[in-house]
Amino acid sequence: MSEYIQHDKDLVSVGLVEKKFFTFAEPPSEMKLESDARLGPVTIAYETYGSLAADRRNAVLVLHALSGDSHAAGYYSAEDEKPGWWDCMVGPGKGIDTDKFFVICSNIIGSCLGSTGPSSVNPATGRPYGLDFPVVTIGDMVAAQKALIGHLGIERLLCVVGGSIGGMQVLEWCVRYPEMVASAIPLATTVRHSALAIAFNEVARQSIMADPNWNHGDYYSGAKPALGLAVARMIGHITYLSDESMRLKFGRRLQDKNDFSFNFDADFQVESYLRYQGRKFVDRFDANSFLYITKAADYYDLGKQHGEGSAVRALSKARAKFLVISFTSDWLYPTYQARDIVTALKKNGRDVSFCEIEAEWGHDAFLIPGERLKALIHGFLERIHHELGR
Amino acid sequence: MNSADSRMRYDLQIIASWIEPGSHVVDLGCGEGDLLQHLITHKGVHGTGIERNEEKVAACIEKGLSVLQGDINEEVHDYPEGRFDYVILSQTLQQVYEPAVLIRAMLRIGRKGIVSFPNFSHWDIRRQVFFTGFAPVSRQLPFQWFDTPNIRVITLKDFRKFVRNVGLKILKEAAIDTHSQDRRGSIVRFLPNLRATYGIFMIGKG
Repeated sequence: MSEYIQHDKDLVSVGLVEKKFFTFAEPPSEMKLESDARLGPVTIAYETYGSLAADRRNAVLVLHALSGDSHAAGYYSAEDEKPGWWDCMVGPGKGIDTDKFFVICSNIIGSCLGSTGPSSVNPATGRPYGLDFPVVTIGDMVAAQKALIGHLGIERLLCVVGGSIGGMQVLEWCVRYPEMVASAIPLATTVRHSALAIAFNEVARQSIMADPNWNHGDYYSGAKPALGLAVARMIGHITYLSDESMRLKFGRRLQDKNDFSFNFDADFQVESYLRYQGRKFVDRFDANSFLYITKAADYYDLGKQHGEGSAVRALSKARAKFLVISFTSDWLYPTYQARDIVTALKKNGRDVSFCEIEAEWGHDAFLIPGERLKALIHGFLERIHHELGR
Repeated sequence: MNSADSRMRYDLQIIASWIEPGSHVVDLGCGEGDLLQHLITHKGVHGTGIERNEEKVAACIEKGLSVLQGDINEEVHDYPEGRFDYVILSQTLQQVYEPAVLIRAMLRIGRKGIVSFPNFSHWDIRRQVFFTGFAPVSRQLPFQWFDTPNIRVITLKDFRKFVRNVGLKILKEAAIDTHSQDRRGSIVRFLPNLRATYGIFMIGKG
């Protein structure tokens, strides 16, 4: 996702921010996971922007996708080359206006970017967990976030918002803790992972596990499974784009050459792009975290978990007002999946708005600065803020 | 009508005047949400809308309305029975492929339906066909036969007969003389099928 992050063109920003940590579930009161395994202590990395109102009713929780982190907006230092991953959306006067809202973004458990995950030290052994880390679910991620929200003294969130795996967490929040969510914005997401999405994740996982350096997840003292992770990321990137965006972005253009090389170097720009994205990802992400988070996404089925197989029944528990958004060229979470969410909400008589944004950028569209998405989120939040203020 | 009323299309002003304060309303084909906005502000209704066009849906959501993008013929079906007090279909019936299916669905999800449409038996339309021999083009129906989205030709009398035939009941009606986007107009009481440009009907279960 980082290739889309850029400085705000008008230099509007939340400014300098700090990554914070919250630790809970210290043994013997470990967190009980959906798999019945126990995990503790659990640390969550998080950041906040804007100020919490005296009545604590202006909090917006931003939920990130697979490779995201707690750094949604602003800069850690004046020298930073790039701001947080959703800086185009979160800031003063932006779609999620930090002049009005207290914005929280937390890193999911299972990740490697500050929260407890497979690369964290297992207190039982003094060594990184590796595959001893229990398989976590989207529900577990949300349960951990709830502990953080409680720690921050917030009883009810004005909004939970996120795309992709972040969108799954949004729906999970609404069903698990309905009384804590006033409104919700699931973007480019689904109530259950499709066979297509599982298939791509499985190929990506196989790529990691086929790397000899992976060593059954035990590689933290030696060479990383860099090649396997890079290929996994390349597969991911293909699914985040679209036929149209690839045609516009690369076409069949060659990279730094006028003719074919007649060998297996990267001839085409699209090859060079994928190789670059793969290499770059290895520097910032842990291969085991990739396995765990993709597995959590594949297991995700809101209806199975909370509605005896029915997403309609699961969402009958929700009390939030919804803004559902999909993108025309997203083939990883196509519009019909967003419509399934909308239909389930309508059948339950919930207040739901829905917009399918015309966009050529595939699944990645929710991360790309765009006026339409910004205006939709802004208008919706203004309305919720106004209604709650009454 | 107060000044806020007069900024809205005249047929919508009449429809708004029929709606009980605080009721639950869905507007099928809500456009940019003028009627919904008005009803929420002035009548305290709980309103939602369905609109096909992305730009218009976005305009609605940006101004704080609850609206979803989709085809009214599909989207009307998912709501629970009796979810709304009023289901509104303004200036769209003439574009609906299966009007009976849609109108029955409207009265499944709502207690009352409100329907407005251009009156095809207006004297000027009759005059055009009679004297020129060409398919009529008017300010209410401003399209040539080959590019019109209006696939249904309806008159006030036709609609009354249709409502009876599908087993429903007309609860209230107004014949008006106005133009398609006009904010001003008047109620037509004398020879409405000949003199009204639009008909507005409130319908209920028979």
